[in-house]
Amino acid sequence: MVQGEPDPGRELDGRHRFDRPARGDGTLALMDFRFDSVEGVREGLAKVDYLADEGIAGVVYLADRLQKPVLVEGPAGTGKTQLAKSVAEMSGARLIRLQCYEGLDESKALYEWNYKKQLLRIQAERGEDQGWDEIEDNIFSDDFLLTRPLLEAIRAEDPVVLLVDEVDRVEVETEALLLEILSDYQVSIPEMGTIGAEQIPLVFLTSNNTRELSEALKRRCLYLHVDYPDLDREKAIVLAKVPDISDSLADQVARIVRSIRQLELKKSPSVSETLDWARTLVLLGVEKVDAEMAGQTVNILLKYQSDIAKAVKEFSSEGQAFKRGGPFSTDE
Amino acid sequence: MSEIRAATGSPMLDLLAGFIQELRDAGLPVSLTENLDAMEAVKHIPLEDREAFKYALGATLVKNHSHWRAFETVFEVYFSLRGSEYDISGEAGGDESGEDREAELGAGTGQGERSGAGGGEAMTPEELAEMLYQALMRGDEAMMRAVARQAVQRYAGMEPGRPVGGTYYLYRTLRNLDLDGVLDRLMTRAHRDAPEELTPLEARLEEDEFQSRIDELKREIEAEIRRRLVADRGVEAMAKTLRKPLPEDVDFMHASRDEMKMLRHAIYPLTRKLAVRLARKRRHGRKGPLDFRNTMRHSLSYGGVPAEPKFRYPRPSKPEIMVVADISGSVAAFARFTLHLVYAISSQFSKVRSFVFIDGLDEVTPFFEGTEDIAEAVHRVNTEADVVWVDGHSDYGHALEVFWQRFEKDVNAKTTILILGDARNNYHASQSWIVKEMRHKARHVFWLNPEPRSYWDTGDSIVGEYGVHCDGVFECRNLRQLESFVENLA
Repeated sequence: MVQGEPDPGRELDGRHRFDRPARGDGTLALMDFRFDSVEGVREGLAKVDYLADEGIAGVVYLADRLQKPVLVEGPAGTGKTQLAKSVAEMSGARLIRLQCYEGLDESKALYEWNYKKQLLRIQAERGEDQGWDEIEDNIFSDDFLLTRPLLEAIRAEDPVVLLVDEVDRVEVETEALLLEILSDYQVSIPEMGTIGAEQIPLVFLTSNNTRELSEALKRRCLYLHVDYPDLDREKAIVLAKVPDISDSLADQVARIVRSIRQLELKKSPSVSETLDWARTLVLLGVEKVDAEMAGQTVNILLKYQSDIAKAVKEFSSEGQAFKRGGPFSTDE
Repeated sequence: MSEIRAATGSPMLDLLAGFIQELRDAGLPVSLTENLDAMEAVKHIPLEDREAFKYALGATLVKNHSHWRAFETVFEVYFSLRGSEYDISGEAGGDESGEDREAELGAGTGQGERSGAGGGEAMTPEELAEMLYQALMRGDEAMMRAVARQAVQRYAGMEPGRPVGGTYYLYRTLRNLDLDGVLDRLMTRAHRDAPEELTPLEARLEEDEFQSRIDELKREIEAEIRRRLVADRGVEAMAKTLRKPLPEDVDFMHASRDEMKMLRHAIYPLTRKLAVRLARKRRHGRKGPLDFRNTMRHSLSYGGVPAEPKFRYPRPSKPEIMVVADISGSVAAFARFTLHLVYAISSQFSKVRSFVFIDGLDEVTPFFEGTEDIAEAVHRVNTEADVVWVDGHSDYGHALEVFWQRFEKDVNAKTTILILGDARNNYHASQSWIVKEMRHKARHVFWLNPEPRSYWDTGDSIVGEYGVHCDGVFECRNLRQLESFVENLA
C-alpha cells in the first residue's frame, strides 16, 4: 500500500472504495456492508447491552453505508464513548482509541519517524560506500515509521473501529490533522507518499461541545446528538445493566431521575450516575424508594451541593406547594 | 453525479431540493457536500419509514443540536402526512377516515355504544373532555392522537384561507380543553386510587408523569394544526410562516414564552463555551511588543549583537465592570441575559458590580455573591430589588442621578461601565451630563441597546443624546450579538 511517490493512478484507486480487492477468507462480503438494516444494528447493539434508540441505530447504519465518520455530541455520561465500544464489540472489530487533549500533535496522533533508529542506521552504513540516495531511501521506509492511532487504523488489515474521543479538546489548528483521514481515509507522509486505507474503518468522534468544532470537520461527518434517554429507555438500560434489580425499583429509579432532570441544575444526572444509583439501592436492599432514602443517596446522582439542596427541597413535602406558580415557575 | 442528474424530475428529489432550500432560508448552513450526502443517505433508507428518513436527513444536514428544532419544524411541514382527511373545513372531517378513528376511540374507551355515533360533530364537549381524561389517565398514544384531532376540529375554528398563524389556533384549542383542570382531576384520582396515602415523592412522580403526557398531547395538537394548515395553504407558504429563528437569533424584545425558555437553556452552554474560549485566548495570546531594554541587556553577552529578542508579556487587562441595567418590562429579559453572561465569565474581570433601575436604582451585587446559581440570583433581582421611585415607569435621568450620587466615589480609571437599556425615557429630563462625567472618570462607558438600530431616537427614545458621550453604543438584540460584545469586552 505504500508507494514511493504520489502517483495519480494509485490515488484514484484509493478513492474507489468499492473496488477493493477481495480477500480470500470470505469476510469481505460482510466487510463491504457491515449491517443489513437499521433494525439489525439495533438488535446487534442490544445483544452487547447497548440499548440504542431509532436515531442512534439509524446513524450507525448510515455511517456504514455512506462510509462516513460519525460525530457524536451530547451531555457528559450519555454513552457516547460506549457507543463506539459497543459497535466494535458487536461487529467483532478491534477498537483503536485516540484520546484528545490540548497540545495533541501530529507525532502523537498520526505517525513519527523513529529517529534514533535512523541515526543508528546511518552510523552502521558509514564504513560501506553506499550512496546517500540509497541511505535516504532506506531510512525513510516502513521500518523506521512509528505508527500512532490514526495511521494504525488506516493500515490495519483486520476490521477496526476508530474512536477519536473528546475531539473538542484539541485546538482548532490540530483539528486539521483529522481532515484528510476523515474524508479520504488516507494519510500523506511527505517522505513516503500517500498511504491509503486497507479497509474503511468505522470512525466515531465524540465531543462534549465545549467549543464549536470547525465547519470543515462537521461537514465531513454524520452528526448524531445523543441526549438523555426517555423514561422507557432509561428503565430498560437500568434493567439491562444492573443485575438483580426488580422491575418496580427500576421503574421508580427512572421516574425519579426524569423528574430531577427537569429541575434547572448545574449538572443533570447522567446515565452512568443513574446506574450507580440503582446499584447502590440494590446493594442497600431497598425495595421502594421513599423521600428519605432518596435524600440520603442523592449525592450519587448529583455532584454539586447546590443541586443536591435543590433536589432534596423539591422532593420533600414543602416543595410540593410550589410546583405550580411558585418560585419554581421562573419560566413565566 | 450522473445518477442524480438522471433522477431529477422525480417528485422525491424536487421535494428534497425544496426542503433544503427552506432549511437555508431558515438560517441553517447547509453546504453542497451535505446536500449530496443527504441525497445519498435517503437511497439507503426505506422511504416508508418516516422516522428513519428523518434521522437520515438530520444526520447529514444538521450539524448543530440547537438547530434541530428548526429542522424538525421544516421537516414536519415538508413531509407531514397529507390527504383529504386533513382538510381544514369541518365537513370533510366527518367522512370515512373520521369514522375509523371514532371506532378506534370507542373501542379505546371501552364504551362500545358510541362507536356508531359517526363523525366528530356528534360528540358533546363533555364527552370529549371525558375522553381526554381517559386518554391521559392511560397514556394511550393512539387515543391521544384521536383526541387531539377531535379537539382541533371542534375548538380551533379553522377556516380555509384565513391568514392567521398556528399559535392562534393552538391557543383557542388549549383554552377550551382546560388542561390544568384535567391535571388536577388526574391527581385527585391518583390520590384516591392509591392503596395507601401517597407520599409527597410519589405524588410528585405521578404529577410529572401526567405532565409529560399533557406535553405530549400539546405537541400532538400543534402537529395536527400544522398538518391542516399545510393542507390548506401549501408547503412553501406554511414553511415561511412557521419558520422559527435559531436560538442565537431570537430577538430578546419579542421572544415568546417558549422562546424565552429555549434561550435560558441555550445560555448555559454558551457561557461555558465563552469562558473556555476566553481562558484559551489568554493563555495563548502571549506575544507582547518587543521589550527594547531587556533585549539590549541580553545582547551584552553576545558582544552587543541583539541575538535574542525579548518580548514584553502583555499584562492581561482585567477591567472592573459595573453593569447598570434597566429592568422595566420590555427590556427585562435583555438585562437578565446580559447579567447572566457577565457573571458567568466574572473570573475574566477583576470585579463585577451590578445595579438595576426603573426610575429608582438599587445595587444587586450581593444577590450574585452568595450563590453559585446565577438563574436564582437573577430571579431574586427581579423580585427583591428596590427600583421603583415614583410610578414605575423608566426614568433614566433620575436613575443615573442616583447612581452618580451614591457610587461616583467607586468609579475609577479601571472601571468599565455598561449601561443596558432602550433609553425610552418617557419624556423625562435626560441628565446626559452624567454620562459625560462618567466617561471622564471611567475607563470606558458602553451602552447596549436591545432595540433595532432603526428604532433608535424615535418616539421617547433618546439613546442618541446619551450615545454621544459614550465610547460606543451597540445594538444587542440577540444572543449572537451579546456574545460577541462580551467576548470583546474581556
